[in-house]
Amino acid sequence: MIAPALVGVVRLLVGAQARWIGVPPSPRQRIYFANHSSHLDALALWAALPPELRRHTRPVAARDYWAKGGFRQVVATRGFNAVFVGRQREHADEDLLAPLIEALQAGDSLIIFPEGTRNDAPLPQPFKSGLYRLASQFPQVELVAVYLDTLHRSLPKGSLLPVPLVCTVRFGRSVELLPGEDKAVFLERAREAVIELA
Amino acid sequence: MNEKLMWVMAGIVGLLLVASVIGWGLSRRAQGRGGSEVVDNLNARIRAWWLMVAVLGVSFMLGTTFNLVLFAIISFLALREFITLTPTRRGDHLALCLCFYVAIPLQYWLIGIEWYGLFSILIPVYGFVLLPAVAALAGDPDDFLERATKVQWGLMLTVYCISHAPALLVLDIPGFDLGGLALLVYLLLVVQISDVLQYVFGKLFGKHKLAPRVSPSKTVEGLLGGGLAATAVGAGLWWITPFTPLQSAGMAALIVLCGFLGGLALSAVKRSLGAKDWGNLIEGHGGMLDRMDSVCFAAPVFFHVVRYGFT
Repeated sequence: MIAPALVGVVRLLVGAQARWIGVPPSPRQRIYFANHSSHLDALALWAALPPELRRHTRPVAARDYWAKGGFRQVVATRGFNAVFVGRQREHADEDLLAPLIEALQAGDSLIIFPEGTRNDAPLPQPFKSGLYRLASQFPQVELVAVYLDTLHRSLPKGSLLPVPLVCTVRFGRSVELLPGEDKAVFLERAREAVIELA
Repeated sequence: MNEKLMWVMAGIVGLLLVASVIGWGLSRRAQGRGGSEVVDNLNARIRAWWLMVAVLGVSFMLGTTFNLVLFAIISFLALREFITLTPTRRGDHLALCLCFYVAIPLQYWLIGIEWYGLFSILIPVYGFVLLPAVAALAGDPDDFLERATKVQWGLMLTVYCISHAPALLVLDIPGFDLGGLALLVYLLLVVQISDVLQYVFGKLFGKHKLAPRVSPSKTVEGLLGGGLAATAVGAGLWWITPFTPLQSAGMAALIVLCGFLGGLALSAVKRSLGAKDWGNLIEGHGGMLDRMDSVCFAAPVFFHVVRYGFT
């Protein structure tokens, strides 16, 4: 009930039109990784997926923004079934990736933003290492680069209301972690795969 | 809906049936030769026409308030397309929010309460003054004039101009019992049939391109043939208007001319923004503005001529 309404609102505000450039839509387990410039990113990417894929694809959302209770949390849990992550470790041995690993082990696909934080520009900043860890721990999961094109204008950092703009969600090629590949090299290669969609 | 308008709607459905049969025939013929992009696009356009006519037809039956809401949504989608193609910056955010969340509802609400004075100056005066001021407060002077101009242009076209079509609904014409809905049907029918006939005449007989760099599909033959045919259709519809047959021909010619100029000017705007289509909302046609460009120019002119001449 909440999910279809949420998709409707997202479509009305930001279009969220999917273009499958590198890979076709597929039910196989995937990690979609994208550039991050607004709070709408996860929602737009999720809404752009076909309904049958959407059901098994969970956006990773910042706990301090989406899980503070109230309306936002209802949207995040009952709407797009978010995986909540903290931005900072609360105690020394906490693994920030643990909720993601759990979701992948359960067979779900994920939507992640490897920059870690929102960026004022559309082109992504260097990626953090989480993507590398997930790639080496789950070699069977396909990593798909995604580029979101207008959301930095729609809901820039520090604004409250989104400007309705048509956002095209471009699904690019899949990126594989090569045997023995260096972490920095892999992360840069993954970032390039997002940039080439811009 | 009035009985006469029902006949017009039935006529439109009949036309679409004929178009669908022709499209189906063309597609069978084209399949024998490996298919044709033009025919596929034609059939996509006809399918989209069925949907557009259905949406408008249902809305017409539900009354003025519903029609205003429908046109407000059309304005919203058109403005969304326009601003998507416009390179705005962070400093425009508040001004853009005002366009979408204040200007659109206010403009259509003013039609609903029939406050003509404010309706006709809200965007050209208050929008023109307030929006750049709000953007200037954000403190970013880079490309300021370009940004302010584009926002104002988008708002004028997609909200101000388009809102003049449903504003016909509240025109009170003495001695004319069909009401504004008939005028709205008349305007939309003449504009759209003119577009369609210009396209058909252009495809069949088009040789001399009018402005190839602005709009490669517009030809002299298409304009003359399609325009005259559409004027004839408009003249033949005098019985749903307050006009005499001759006046109706003149009105239709005016609508055709304005619609043509709108299509041409907006095509130039679109290309200067670096796009071929405004969007891909309507299958085969492009975006909302690709379908509404002629209405943008024809609606305000038609509205004013009717208001000054017949009320």
